[in-house]
Amino acid sequence: MRSVALYAIALVALLAVAFVAYLAKPPVTQKPELNTSRERTTDKGLYAVSIAPDGAEVKQGELHSWIVSVKTAEGKPVSDAVITVDGGMPEHNHGLPTAPEVTENLGDGRYRVEGVKFSMSGWWELRFDISSPAGQDKVTFNLVL
Amino acid sequence: MLVLTGCGGESFTDDEKAIIASLSLSALPPLPPDPTNRYADDPAAAALGATLFFDSRMSPSGTVSCSTCHLIDRQFQDDLPLAKGVATGNRRTMPLAGVAWSPWLFWDGRRDSLWAQALTPLEDLREHAGTRAFYAHFIADSFAERYERIFGALPDLSGVPGHAGPFGTAAEQAAWAGLPAERQDEVNRVFANIGKAIAAFERSIVPEETRFDRFAAALTAGREPDDDATLTPEEIAGLKLFIGKATCSTCHTGPRLTDDSFHNTGVPPVDGLPEDLGRETGVDQVAADPFNCFGKYADSGPEACGELRFMVKDDPRLTRAFKPPSLRGAASRSPYMHSGQIETLEAVVDHYARAPASVSGETELHPLTLSERERQQLIAFLKTLTN
Ligand code: HEC
Ligand code: HEC
Repeated sequence: MRSVALYAIALVALLAVAFVAYLAKPPVTQKPELNTSRERTTDKGLYAVSIAPDGAEVKQGELHSWIVSVKTAEGKPVSDAVITVDGGMPEHNHGLPTAPEVTENLGDGRYRVEGVKFSMSGWWELRFDISSPAGQDKVTFNLVL
Repeated sequence: MLVLTGCGGESFTDDEKAIIASLSLSALPPLPPDPTNRYADDPAAAALGATLFFDSRMSPSGTVSCSTCHLIDRQFQDDLPLAKGVATGNRRTMPLAGVAWSPWLFWDGRRDSLWAQALTPLEDLREHAGTRAFYAHFIADSFAERYERIFGALPDLSGVPGHAGPFGTAAEQAAWAGLPAERQDEVNRVFANIGKAIAAFERSIVPEETRFDRFAAALTAGREPDDDATLTPEEIAGLKLFIGKATCSTCHTGPRLTDDSFHNTGVPPVDGLPEDLGRETGVDQVAADPFNCFGKYADSGPEACGELRFMVKDDPRLTRAFKPPSLRGAASRSPYMHSGQIETLEAVVDHYARAPASVSGETELHPLTLSERERQQLIAFLKTLTN
């Protein structure tokens, strides 16, 4: 009789431990659906921006370049933009491991950004701050490696 | 509840399996070329470099070689908290396996190539304590033929004093300043070539396969691990913590378990040592190094210098930021951290759990809740990265 009661208590305790362990488990990597589109409109709607890797596919840990194309909301190429680049990993609270820059205005609203590196796999943001006579605006791209 | 089987395969999510594969040695890319060193893959240069690495005549005192601190049978490090050459330094000797994959050298990344790195201890007054004129003469006296077969004719050193260099004693610095620019350039070139030969040798120091790698290979292939590829449930739990809740793999990432970047992790300074700002000082030093990628002794054009050109400068994140060491072999080479501040893995894990504030700059760590059991599991996993 007594041993059965003890057994039951032990079982309840075990289940409780298992339940707490279950709660404490890190959230399974079910990220909310990220918009990973490579064509986006800037925050205030001034520019339509698209990005594409310059050449080979992007590899973790390797320096590489992107081509950024900037158009007005009406679809006219913006060939006199000043662009700064920033980014990081929102989930890990850190910035980019390098300081990428626009190194070339390729004309026709296209710009080469060199010096990008993603030092680990996961969700990265690339942010562009764009200024031209049309105004200043920002856009963020999500990339998942 | 999680059921751990012998194979362990079914207890990992697909995301976990992908991360585990990325940490395994089979994910190591081929040895990257070093366009700044034309001799990087020249076997004769590597052979000369190996000779020089172990030769204690590479110091005026005749007592210090690279291998005084980088011991071949100790993962090329010395088990000391602070390195000892002709005097005691401020930092711990770094292990060298896989170093040729690192874009930045030293704890603070103050050099950008293996050959430029090798020149630094040679002229450090606490390490080899020599001068570049001394090394040029040493090569001309002892290795002229081998040197010339690789690098071409040695310069005429008859007008060059036996000891002269920009970092030596006052007399040595004065002797260096007294040399005409062309003589200095000739000596610099021999000196740089010594570095290039040593670097060619160091490219052969590569990480070894461990039990973790065999386990990862079996997991990736979806087969039952062999006896020497099995991880215990304890080690598997540690691996899951490492890539999960404990977030170790955010910095200890990729097959060398380092992201080659720089992080402030709040490791406390050592009493009595001068202030060490880590990467904050390192960026200025590498930019000013005449042997860096942009310098005239590099065998490449500026197009090979992306890392240097696009490095992060002037950022508060750089204060007391250091390079994460590879964790391969770490379990058998205490003490830990840039000045040997932490003695045991238990204390390392405790440091990560507490995440103390940094004396300057800000730590990137956040406190972790880790039970005693979980701490032991993490340590058990780290040991699977060591043979
Ligand atoms: C007196 C001991 C000592 C000697 C001698 C010595 N080293 Fe080191 N080595 C160290 C220490 C200490 C560090 C880290 C120093 C720092 O970050 O400031 C280091 C760092 C390195 C690194 C950087 C590794 C990495 O991952 O960034 C390399 C490569 C290296 N040494 C190679 C050499 C070579 C080649 C020689 C001989 C020319 C040499 N060392 C001589 C103690 C020594
Ligand atoms: C924010 C980046 C970061 C995270 C996260 C991180 N580390 Fe580190 N780790 C580093 C850096 C940087 C160093 C060197 C710090 C120093 O010397 O000041 C280091 C050093 C170490 C060392 C010492 C290695 C040696 O040779 O000295 C061990 C062991 C280690 N980490 C294990 C872990 C474990 C286990 C975790 C997870 C609990 C972890 N690290 C999480 C960046 C990180």
